[in-house]
Amino acid sequence: MNFDILSYGFMQRALLTGIVVAICCSIMGLFLVLKRYSLFGDALSHTAFGGIALGFFLNIYPIWTATVVCVATALGITKLRKSTKISGDAAIAVLFSAGLAMGVLLVSASHGFTIDLFSFLFGSILLTSIQDTLLILAISCGVIITLIVIRKPLIHFTFDEEQAKVHGIPIEKLNYLFVALAAVTVIATMRLVGILLISALIVLPNITSIMMGKGFKRTIIISISISVIAVIAGITTSYYFNLAPSGTIVMLMVAMFVGTLIAKRAGLFSTKTLTNESNLSTVH
Amino acid sequence: MSMNALDVENVSVSHNGILAVNKISFSVQEGDLLGIVGPNGAGKTTLFRAILGLQNYQGRIKLFGYEGNQYASILPMIGYVPQKVNFEPNFPATVYDVVAMGILSKKKLVKGAALIQSCGCCWNRIFVSSSKDSEKIEEALKIVGLESFKDRRISELSGGEQQRAFIAKALVKEPLLLILDEPVTGVDMEVQNKFYSVLRKINKENKITIVWSSHDLTAISDLANRVACMNRELFFHGEKEEFFANKDLLKTYSESAMQLHMHKHDM
Repeated sequence: MNFDILSYGFMQRALLTGIVVAICCSIMGLFLVLKRYSLFGDALSHTAFGGIALGFFLNIYPIWTATVVCVATALGITKLRKSTKISGDAAIAVLFSAGLAMGVLLVSASHGFTIDLFSFLFGSILLTSIQDTLLILAISCGVIITLIVIRKPLIHFTFDEEQAKVHGIPIEKLNYLFVALAAVTVIATMRLVGILLISALIVLPNITSIMMGKGFKRTIIISISISVIAVIAGITTSYYFNLAPSGTIVMLMVAMFVGTLIAKRAGLFSTKTLTNESNLSTVH
Repeated sequence: MSMNALDVENVSVSHNGILAVNKISFSVQEGDLLGIVGPNGAGKTTLFRAILGLQNYQGRIKLFGYEGNQYASILPMIGYVPQKVNFEPNFPATVYDVVAMGILSKKKLVKGAALIQSCGCCWNRIFVSSSKDSEKIEEALKIVGLESFKDRRISELSGGEQQRAFIAKALVKEPLLLILDEPVTGVDMEVQNKFYSVLRKINKENKITIVWSSHDLTAISDLANRVACMNRELFFHGEKEEFFANKDLLKTYSESAMQLHMHKHDM
């Protein structure tokens, strides 16, 4: 096996965007999972599909149209949920099908872009252009920085909305910002694993790290590590064995999740054991 | 000069046309520990939610003399512990993380302090203002006796321990007023007693004004200096001694708790 993998420009771009997107998706994903918005990301990715198809249809750079459609739907559905009290899962079902229907409709109305569209559906990290790479990096870094800046109110808001409100956190504005960031994260992740697998990147590293029973900071660090390891290992493995990177990355995450589950069952993360040990150490 | 921490004037709240709180008026002076008693469904929680700006109401509510637009800027200075905090059971927050959420940003603290100073009220801070956030958190954990639990996940704690963590979260912001909504309902006696001693301590030593709803008349007789009785309307508001001297009120507001109280005093 030769290790010339990093000498290729496309590989450098793939690894760089992959790692940054993985970090972005992990942090955003933790908040989505904890707010029980896991499927919201998935639904948004389906509207992104509609947006991509719209871009091809209108002959505009599809990531732009996808961003506009995705952010607008995220904000719109949040407003709709608030004013009409439609339940969360119903709203997600509406989003899901509307986005997909729009995409299918536009695809059938025009011809000749199915291969490109396919790459958005299943990811094409090895095919990202320099323009795509720069855009994805800018979006991901923007999301990461925003999340770092608003982390304190966001954690409070995710933990308990009412208490956060009494605490003086503008929860409505924060919620809109939060869903807009989720929409933008979906756009950034699209190229890496494809629209159909985005929710895996949002959910898997986080439910795995949450299982380990640590505090907030460590849970985020573990989640980021899982994502980054899966992305690096996934991209390199897929290169050497000629596999689809998106599927490889997600399957690696699934493997880590299952492994953690088994380890937890075997009592490796039993917090009680840890506490007993720490109590003993203080006694001694 | 001591001023009113809370003024509730003619406050009514209706849920779908049904009055949950009907024209209630009372005030709480700085340093008071007011116990609010009333049966389940008496509107205590609704009243608290109105005070906390979580519920629309008719009438006037003033916090340290402030109302209207300024109300929102003083609200963060209020500590609130609800009957039950509904949080995602898998939330990966340690006790320390939860208490840290209570820390007020400097901007809000300065704004709150300016408001308080402008209304001429004495602000008894629990902690030294220059101390770091981590010291404040440790101090709050010590007050509620959870120092050794700080690295445990909040979901691993028992109901009573969780409540104590939430009290620490309310305390860490150095509140001017603490609102506690049946904070120890369903918690065992030992934890209740521990909680009551915490309550006494923060009221007496830290001079925090407390409004506290409870069914436990024994505890109210031990701790509160004023009592209010409500069941949608306010039936009594006054000194604790006055309340406990009124046999009719006692009978109405808790048969069993009253017996406990009398029994204790007979001994």
